[in-house]
Amino acid sequence: MSDIDTIERTILAAVGSAGDEAALETVRVSALGKKGSVSELLKTLGTMTPAERQTAGPAINGLKDRVNEALAARKAILRDEALTKRLAAEAVDVTLPVRRAPLETGRIHPVSQVIDEITAICSDLGFAIAEGPDIETDFYNFTALNFPVGHPAREMHDTFFFRPNAEGERLLLRTHTSPVQIRTMEKQKPPIRVVIPGRTYRQDSDQTHTPMFHQLEGLVIEEDTNIGHLKWVLQEFCKAFFEVDRVEMRFRPSFFPFTEPSMEVDIRCRRVGNEVRFGEGDDWLEILGCGMVHPNVLRHGGIDPDRYQGFAWGMGIDRIAMLKYGMPDLRAFFDADVRWLRHYGFRPLDLPTLAGGLSG
Amino acid sequence: MKFTLSWLKEHLHTEASAEEIARSLTRIGLEVESVEDPAKALAPFRIASVVSAQQHPNADRLRVCMVDVGDASGPVQVVCGAPNARAGIKAVFAAPGSVIPNTGDVLKTGTIRGVESRGMLVSERELGLSDEHTGIIELPDDAPVGTSFAAYRKLADPLFDVSVTPNRPDCLGVSGIARDLAAAGLGTVIGHALPPGHGAFPAPVTVTLDLGDAPGLCPAFALRLIRGVKNGPSPEWLQQRLRSIGLRPINALVDVTNFLTFDRNRPLHVFDASKVAGNLTVRKAKGGEEILALDGRTYRLDETMVVIADQNGVESIGGIMGGEATGCTEATTDVLVESALWDALNIAQTGRKLGINSDARFRFERGVDPEFCVPGLELATRMIVDLCGGEASEMVVAGTPHDERRTVSFPLAEVKRLAGLDLPANEVTGILGKLGFGVHGFGENLIVSIPTWRPDVGGKADLVEEVVRMVGVDAVPVRPMRKPEGVSRPVLTLGQRRVRTARRALAARGLVEAVTWSFISKDRAELFGGGQPELALANPISADMTDMRPSLLPGLAAAAQRNAARGFSDGALFEVGQIYRGVRPDDQYTAAAGVRYGTAGVGGSGRNWQSSARAVDVFDAKADLLALLDALGVATDKVQIVPGGPAWFHPGRAGTVQLGPKTVLGWFGEFHPSTLEKLDMTGPVAAFAVILEALPAPKAKATKTKPPLDLPDLQAVRRDFAFVVDRGVEAAKIVRAAEGADRKLIAGVQVFDVFEGPAIGEGRKSVAIEVTLQPSERTLTEADIEAVSAKIVADTVKATGATLRS
Repeated sequence: MSDIDTIERTILAAVGSAGDEAALETVRVSALGKKGSVSELLKTLGTMTPAERQTAGPAINGLKDRVNEALAARKAILRDEALTKRLAAEAVDVTLPVRRAPLETGRIHPVSQVIDEITAICSDLGFAIAEGPDIETDFYNFTALNFPVGHPAREMHDTFFFRPNAEGERLLLRTHTSPVQIRTMEKQKPPIRVVIPGRTYRQDSDQTHTPMFHQLEGLVIEEDTNIGHLKWVLQEFCKAFFEVDRVEMRFRPSFFPFTEPSMEVDIRCRRVGNEVRFGEGDDWLEILGCGMVHPNVLRHGGIDPDRYQGFAWGMGIDRIAMLKYGMPDLRAFFDADVRWLRHYGFRPLDLPTLAGGLSG
Repeated sequence: MKFTLSWLKEHLHTEASAEEIARSLTRIGLEVESVEDPAKALAPFRIASVVSAQQHPNADRLRVCMVDVGDASGPVQVVCGAPNARAGIKAVFAAPGSVIPNTGDVLKTGTIRGVESRGMLVSERELGLSDEHTGIIELPDDAPVGTSFAAYRKLADPLFDVSVTPNRPDCLGVSGIARDLAAAGLGTVIGHALPPGHGAFPAPVTVTLDLGDAPGLCPAFALRLIRGVKNGPSPEWLQQRLRSIGLRPINALVDVTNFLTFDRNRPLHVFDASKVAGNLTVRKAKGGEEILALDGRTYRLDETMVVIADQNGVESIGGIMGGEATGCTEATTDVLVESALWDALNIAQTGRKLGINSDARFRFERGVDPEFCVPGLELATRMIVDLCGGEASEMVVAGTPHDERRTVSFPLAEVKRLAGLDLPANEVTGILGKLGFGVHGFGENLIVSIPTWRPDVGGKADLVEEVVRMVGVDAVPVRPMRKPEGVSRPVLTLGQRRVRTARRALAARGLVEAVTWSFISKDRAELFGGGQPELALANPISADMTDMRPSLLPGLAAAAQRNAARGFSDGALFEVGQIYRGVRPDDQYTAAAGVRYGTAGVGGSGRNWQSSARAVDVFDAKADLLALLDALGVATDKVQIVPGGPAWFHPGRAGTVQLGPKTVLGWFGEFHPSTLEKLDMTGPVAAFAVILEALPAPKAKATKTKPPLDLPDLQAVRRDFAFVVDRGVEAAKIVRAAEGADRKLIAGVQVFDVFEGPAIGEGRKSVAIEVTLQPSERTLTEADIEAVSAKIVADTVKATGATLRS
């Protein structure tokens, strides 16, 4: 028995001192391998009498089991140690910066974003989006819109002209999106509900005027639409666009050749720093012009003004963008300064929806 | 249009305050730009009496005055330098703490050369009343000491500045504004009955309208002589009226014409009769005729312009400005007074050509009341005779100063139809009546006659506007529009969807959206294939904005350059917008384009501890373009990449993306070195552009179902091949040849290595491809693989002259 005890002590000491899995394997082979000390002991069982085997069998098998257990336990410890060491060696400085993803650096221009917001609102109200060319004829830009030839109202538009062509016709850059009213009427019979966002041009430049700017035109032509509906659409639009629960609007009679009656609309607001808060305060901010489509305009569009009637409105897209998002200077819209675009631009996946809220 | 409250009250009985009037004006469409009360700034200034004035002990030019300002505490000591500061005069006193209007300074008690001064006696200039500064203001002896100077001078008179829309010439006279306010319920109009004048003698000067077949250029011309007038400064009340709205009084005759211009919207002209030779003729100018006008400038006239001439030639530009030669001065004793009607369009054109913006032009081009032509002359006559004496001749009138009143058939239901307003008939007719419209007929269908002073009204809708103006748009009840039934339908066209998708797709690749000008400089337009004469503006706002852009790239390049100049040398910008290849609507296209410059590739820019970004190149632009096409639903494996592009690209580092031989979808590449030089940029700049209209429309399908997905059960096998080819052989050719070796089995070909070097040989390159074989029926055997590999090699060698690299 003392043999077994000695062997066990020797093996367990060797297991305990094995520094890695290879050393432990050597210990295992020396104990449990073919020529191993425990295997040699097991071989002696065959030479024993049954009586001797009765006692020696369990003792030697017990030794084998304990050695196996010790080996397994040591192995687990060694693996843990090795893993811990590896992990320590693999550690990196996670405070090091990563590159910014394209989605983080790309930006959508505020004008595009606002046009998408307008589209979300107006499509819900049943408006389609109409478009027209920037280079227009005098007829579409003025005459068909009831600007009498030579009338001072034309001069108020500071028009960009091209040189007269061979036929003596002088083309121009549209001064408003209203020519698309006529182009729409020519293509489509009532009922008509369209909004027309687009570039417009006037020979003007200061902090709030640029030679190119964006306008949003709205046009509704139906059999029974009137100023009451116009007021409703504008209120709903402004509430939805500015994302406020209420707006207060003031309609002032005014003059546009292509509408009759014509009105300018102010919206009640309060200026707080660079913010404009709507529905409160004592300031009135002029925000759009509108009116019932002039009978002459309907006639130019081939529509009977005694049967159909309609309304139209126009507002500056850049201007409502400035009011909503607080840019102070219109000129910066077209300067493509990346600092401005990063600050005032929108993330690529900020797609305005009514379901999710226009600005999230 | 400016006027004061007191002037308005000459035409309107009202108890309303300035604020109420301003609110009403805005409400009825006469937008008030400002209401200023000049008396506010003058409130601290009181009338004072100089009790004594003694020489200052230490200064020759100063006097020490004791001034009675009406305070019980007795006179105040003031040191004053004005030469007219003397005992016994009435003056205007400012106490310490007052703000001097023309400097904005706060007056303090001071010590001047050792003598204390507790206030100041002021000049007109110091109060901002005039330029007069030779001495302090002297008031009449009966001016009440201690009371407000502003009240005494009747300066407490709010000044309205109203923005009159171009359709309302009638409101370019105070009387017209009064009429509108009365109709809006703010008071009653004060009528000024005008008995017809009687001439004391026949007019010695006649007028002939010599306009040939265009008599409408001057429909009427009324004239009369007033002899024996004594011209000179007009009375204070008239000067005050003119000054109150910023006009400079000149002399009584001229002041009367200016006054009636603003009081009644009736421009007039006065000639010094002694300087007029013979009779007057209204005619078209002869080309090259010149006139020295009353503004001191000489104008050269052409045959489209209408003038008033005498034997000496042109004496006045009709309806716009008179001539210096026959102008009235203080020496004038005989005056010809003109009241005429002119053609609005002709006046506008002449005024624009000559660059004259006179009050007369402003009114005639908008339209004056033709019926007031003759009464206007009567009124002017009476004022001149009242102010200057003299004796008026009979009036001569050429042409017809009368206009038939136009009428409109007006069903009352129009008010409801257009405005949504339910108003009783008598309210509608009442409003129209107060505005001067004649209302005839009964029941639902009225006949309305339009006053001659309302050229803007011509139809039913105009009458509805008059009613809405007076009732107020607030009275119109809000009515919801019918919303579309059920779920809203899509509204965007294919083109509109593409623009939106293109923007988001490019932004998602890290590009920043710019919106740049539609017009660029001529040389930049030419550099990018534009600059045609028909696309150049006749009146550009600056030399940088002369030509419609043929491409988005010059604008983006300029933006890149500006940003680089600000220190942002790495960047990626894009724009989706219109470009112009001609002037017709069909010549306008929508492009999507982008530039990357510096090191701004899709993986980021600049230095980084992992790896610093390399300079952008043609493949960055190609990747952007293909990603954009994919986002827009174009099958990028079906497009061809043809080497080379437009002239502004590097010829060996650019490609054209085509569908078939004719349809060009876009281009990508690095800018040509000479393009960079002309743009004043340092490279590299990688750019791409796509014409959205060139993209094929998706095929219409009956359902949204996608084709079934066929996933093979068998494993794919991959084999690599390296070919050595001439440097000029396109990799795409190798890929196409390999793909073609067995279309059924070969699922893909990837170029994974391109190598040039001495080992390969001069002018040669090695292109390595990985071919994926995807069996669909049974697992491939070695023999199968060998067979297809041999075919791949053979086909590629045949197509490209390659040798297989072993």
